[in-house]
Amino acid sequence: MRSLVLILTGFAVMGLAFWAYRENYRTQAALAETAALQRQIAELREALAIQRAEWAYLNRPERLRDLALLNFPRLGLVPIDAERFGRIDEVAYPRVDLPALHGIVDTAALEAGQ
Amino acid sequence: MIRTPLRPLARILSARAKGENPDAIERENLRLRHEEMRDRQRLRAEGRLLILGLLFFGAFTVVGARMGTLAASEPMEPVAAASGASILAQRADIVDRKGRVLATNLATHSLYAQPPLMVDPDRAALELARIFPDLDADRLRADFTGSRKFLWIKRRLSPEQMQAVHDIGDPGLLFGPREMRLYPNGTLAAHVLGGAGFGREGVTSAEVVGTAGVEKQFDTWLRDPANGGRPLELSLDLSVQAAVEAVLAGGMRLMNAKGATAVIMDVRTGEVISLASLPDFDPNARPAPLAGRDPSDSPLFNRAVQGVYELGSTFKAFTVGQALDLGLVSPETLIDTRGPLKWGRFTIRDFRNYGPQLTVREVLVKSSNIGTARIVAMTGAERQQAFLKALGFFEPTSLEIAEAPTGRPLLPRKWSEIVMLTASYGHGLSASPLHLAAAYATIGNGGVRVMPTILRRTVPPEGGARVMSAEAAATLVSIMRETVAHGTATFADVPGYAVAGKTGTADKPDPRGGYYDDRVIATFAGVFPAHDPAYSIVVTLDEPVETSGTEPRRTAGWTAVPVAAEIIRRTAPLLGLRPEVEQGTGAGLIRVRN
Repeated sequence: MRSLVLILTGFAVMGLAFWAYRENYRTQAALAETAALQRQIAELREALAIQRAEWAYLNRPERLRDLALLNFPRLGLVPIDAERFGRIDEVAYPRVDLPALHGIVDTAALEAGQ
Repeated sequence: MIRTPLRPLARILSARAKGENPDAIERENLRLRHEEMRDRQRLRAEGRLLILGLLFFGAFTVVGARMGTLAASEPMEPVAAASGASILAQRADIVDRKGRVLATNLATHSLYAQPPLMVDPDRAALELARIFPDLDADRLRADFTGSRKFLWIKRRLSPEQMQAVHDIGDPGLLFGPREMRLYPNGTLAAHVLGGAGFGREGVTSAEVVGTAGVEKQFDTWLRDPANGGRPLELSLDLSVQAAVEAVLAGGMRLMNAKGATAVIMDVRTGEVISLASLPDFDPNARPAPLAGRDPSDSPLFNRAVQGVYELGSTFKAFTVGQALDLGLVSPETLIDTRGPLKWGRFTIRDFRNYGPQLTVREVLVKSSNIGTARIVAMTGAERQQAFLKALGFFEPTSLEIAEAPTGRPLLPRKWSEIVMLTASYGHGLSASPLHLAAAYATIGNGGVRVMPTILRRTVPPEGGARVMSAEAAATLVSIMRETVAHGTATFADVPGYAVAGKTGTADKPDPRGGYYDDRVIATFAGVFPAHDPAYSIVVTLDEPVETSGTEPRRTAGWTAVPVAAEIIRRTAPLLGLRPEVEQGTGAGLIRVRN
């Protein structure tokens, strides 16, 4: 009985050691992955910051003004002025293109005639 | 354990035989037994103490060792923790009121050299001089072959330059990461932003420190990691600022002025929507201050905030406003304007003769010096001084940029009667255009004091001091509207935006004493729209001269006013103001709904 307990304990110790060994490596792998991911996040954030800066640089008023001037024949952009404001009731309804009528029969006249 | 009996029979019997008390033996034995028990317990207790001591020693050793390693090791981000809103850059961005970037950071590299590691110093020096034309090959060679162990070559590199240096392939040329401040809009709002430079520098990083403007004023805030990368929101509007700068630059060229400045301010919150000062500079490459010359000639000089000028007739509005507020005059009160007005050895003249008398309204509309002097004589020096003080003309403005405290108004030492008379039409005391914009904003705000701010505010600040009554302020604005409609500032009449304002032309003081005859500061200050003022505007031109006519014209009505009008025409729609047909002008048209 006693020896059986000893043998079982021995196996248990070996099993735990194996488990601990595996956990240790899994943890290290997870940490390495996290570090890699965080490095990637940092790189992406840096890229984002650069792109934001580039967006601001490309949208600087001076450049937009030059581009508007350069493309004036095509776009016809001019600085906004007071005449650009309007009231909502000044906006015309879109013209509805009704289908052309053919062979009109005046039903009211027909009824009156009967 | 053998337990000795307390009353061993043999000894008791022998004691009895000797006639001794056998109880003594029992007591003796009991004592011995107790002593033995005590010794054993002490031993046990001492053992426990020892173990406990060892445990404590171990625990403290562990804590101490951990503290030691923490103190001695390089700080490191916890790897396993999730990265939330982590700190991106060491310095927060600066954005305008609509979130558009005014200042941000860019990751770049610096270049340094460690000559002991160099393989071919001669070639490296030649190649570097080829890549960077501003470097001198001979000096570099001397540095590389000398006794130096370390030297900085370039603070900032572009990626192309970095690649070119990399291609030299010398192991002694090394790169250090750098964060660089970038102002993507170039010269736009340069005076507000200021600039930034490197502070303490190391190989792996360098401090970025604000050197002027909001960058300097909010340096600690911008660098505080506790803000979590939140940007600093300014009250400026990028598109308005761009339009103002473009118009002002054109106006300055047309009017042959040597400097110009414009301020647009929200009259309710005191937010500065636009602040331009020309000539300007590029904060990405901030020029060095001029040594030994007048600082006001430098492009770094912020004319709107630092420049204090005699602002001339724009002050007449305050004189008239105070007299209206005190009930001393009404707009229709007649004022004697026969000139010239003699006061001691001073003579006050008008630009031209306006006849024997004018109403208070006409005094302001036609800008009569004599009339204003007569009005202020009713008010008195003391009340005038108190009024100007309440409007903020006695201390630097509260604008949150590093240069603001240097814009200290120049005041006469003694507020004598002649000072009172000249100050009534804006001579003898100097203030910055921003002071004027804040004072006009106060008038536009119904007489409640407005403090200028460069930070975005969502709600008007509470508890501004009342400087004048709302009725007096409204009357003053209506008189100023007439000045624009048919007075000295007719060029400022922008259709749809009912501009109210006042011109001012002041001779420039000669540093050798007296005033120049042909150099003026031309100013237009006003509020718009007149029926419900939303913004105040000040445009100042330094030494303008308009030469389209037969003789050069320098008055503000011909110089500053057209520029201001163009600024309002361009910016009012950008500010979201709807043009409105003024009452009385379009009365013939009646809309009929069918």
